[in-house]
Amino acid sequence: MQTAVFFAIAAIAVASALGLIVRRNPIHGALFLVVNLGSVAAIYLMLNAQFLAAAQVIIYAGAIMVLFVFAIMVLIPGKEETGPDPLRPFRLVAIPFGAFLLVEILLMLVVRPAPPREPPGAEGGAEAIGRLLFTDYLFPFELTSVLLLAALVGVLALAKRKA
Amino acid sequence: MPGTLTDASIAFGLVTFVMLFVLNLGGLMTWIERKQAAIMQDRIGANRASIFGLRLMGLFHPLADAIKMLTKEAFYPARADRVLFSLAPFVSVFFALVAFASIPFGDTLSIAGREVPLQALTFNVGLLYVFAMLSLGVYGVMMAGWSSANNFALLGGQRAAALMITAEVAIGASIVGVVMVYGSLNLMDIVRGQGALLGGWLPMWGIITQPLAFVLFLTAGIAATKRIPFDMPEGESEIIGYFVEYSGMKFGLFVMADFLETVVIAGMTVSLFLGGWQVPYLGREGWAFPWGATIVLPRLPVALLQVAAFVFKLVVMIWFLMLIRWTLPRFRYDQAMRLGWLGLFPLSIANIVLTGGALLLWGPR
Repeated sequence: MQTAVFFAIAAIAVASALGLIVRRNPIHGALFLVVNLGSVAAIYLMLNAQFLAAAQVIIYAGAIMVLFVFAIMVLIPGKEETGPDPLRPFRLVAIPFGAFLLVEILLMLVVRPAPPREPPGAEGGAEAIGRLLFTDYLFPFELTSVLLLAALVGVLALAKRKA
Repeated sequence: MPGTLTDASIAFGLVTFVMLFVLNLGGLMTWIERKQAAIMQDRIGANRASIFGLRLMGLFHPLADAIKMLTKEAFYPARADRVLFSLAPFVSVFFALVAFASIPFGDTLSIAGREVPLQALTFNVGLLYVFAMLSLGVYGVMMAGWSSANNFALLGGQRAAALMITAEVAIGASIVGVVMVYGSLNLMDIVRGQGALLGGWLPMWGIITQPLAFVLFLTAGIAATKRIPFDMPEGESEIIGYFVEYSGMKFGLFVMADFLETVVIAGMTVSLFLGGWQVPYLGREGWAFPWGATIVLPRLPVALLQVAAFVFKLVVMIWFLMLIRWTLPRFRYDQAMRLGWLGLFPLSIANIVLTGGALLLWGPR
């Protein structure tokens, strides 16, 4: 049962990721990404990481992607992006990176390393995550918040300059 | 395995009950809205729909509406994105419908030897679940606005997106205070925590421990339902809105989604601030008044009383939201944005700081 549900969700995740890449229409792409984020959240849920799943849906699907779709709607209303892409040559970079990733995945399949150690909290609720964040992972946590603050200040500076 | 079968049927029963309850309440709200508007404006209101001469104060109008909408032409604009155009209303209604699932409507009840919590979805982070589903509903509106290939619809969709983000940030920040006081993201625990008594007599409802958050949450919640006074995504008199091109039941579904969202916001408000299914001084064994009197009651009547209390509070809250809807004029787009970002959001943050300070001084431990 668990496995069947997992494969169903995984299939949706892969299909929506493909849809994101294949569709030329930016809105369709963005909506496929939303589906993908949702299915990843479902996988988190199956791993009993309930807080992570909820946060994934609220922050990524519910807030960031809404802004994405909003921006796309403002910038290219109703038109598909058809013109030549000025950054086209950069797409070639994808080939070595993709090959590297493929090799990595194959390596994982061949070597089959030991499974990661058991997650510290059996219940992936807010309490377990909060405790970990503010004890063992306090430094990375604070570092991330400084990074976000820097990004915030940077965006403000850019926005102010135009006005 | 008979045990799993019982579990499955209990779960099925709960889900069906909650879904039909919310769905019917949403349908009834078209009638409540008309009648309440009529009374507030000193009119009689819709009362013509009748079955065999029976009118029941216009109670059949939702049925008449449904028949009318189902038999209308399903119109597609020429340049519309057909798939998204058809999908949009369903997305809207779906997320509004499922959002209610983790709102508890009663205490645990023992059925077939099991302690069953009376909520469709028992979820550790139930509060976040409701919040997440509410925030996903905006995709339906945005898809509608974009796929209609109509500039006014697009404007409506954009406004909806901006409004939703504004409301969501304020909702998220205002509920943090409640979570801090009751120490849980599980709605059942939050409601149970509100049964405690302050100073031995005052029920510790959210509205008493978090009065500022109550006002902020309610304001942001009304904005999230996109109804007047926050109906800039629709704005009948200026841009008509994201559903300009919709007809028949697809249009009806958008209206339905707004009503369902109102039910969800009312349910959230009741669970977070008005004690959920709590009846003052009513515990599992019956009433225990602070002045010493007790009335012993068996479990079942207590549970029924609590469910009735939840439904009563929910209906009062819906009535209150309707009252606001028919009282205030619409905010302008920039006014709503200013209210959200410069009013609700900083005040919510201030509320978190205040709550933290208060908990540090007088809180447990």
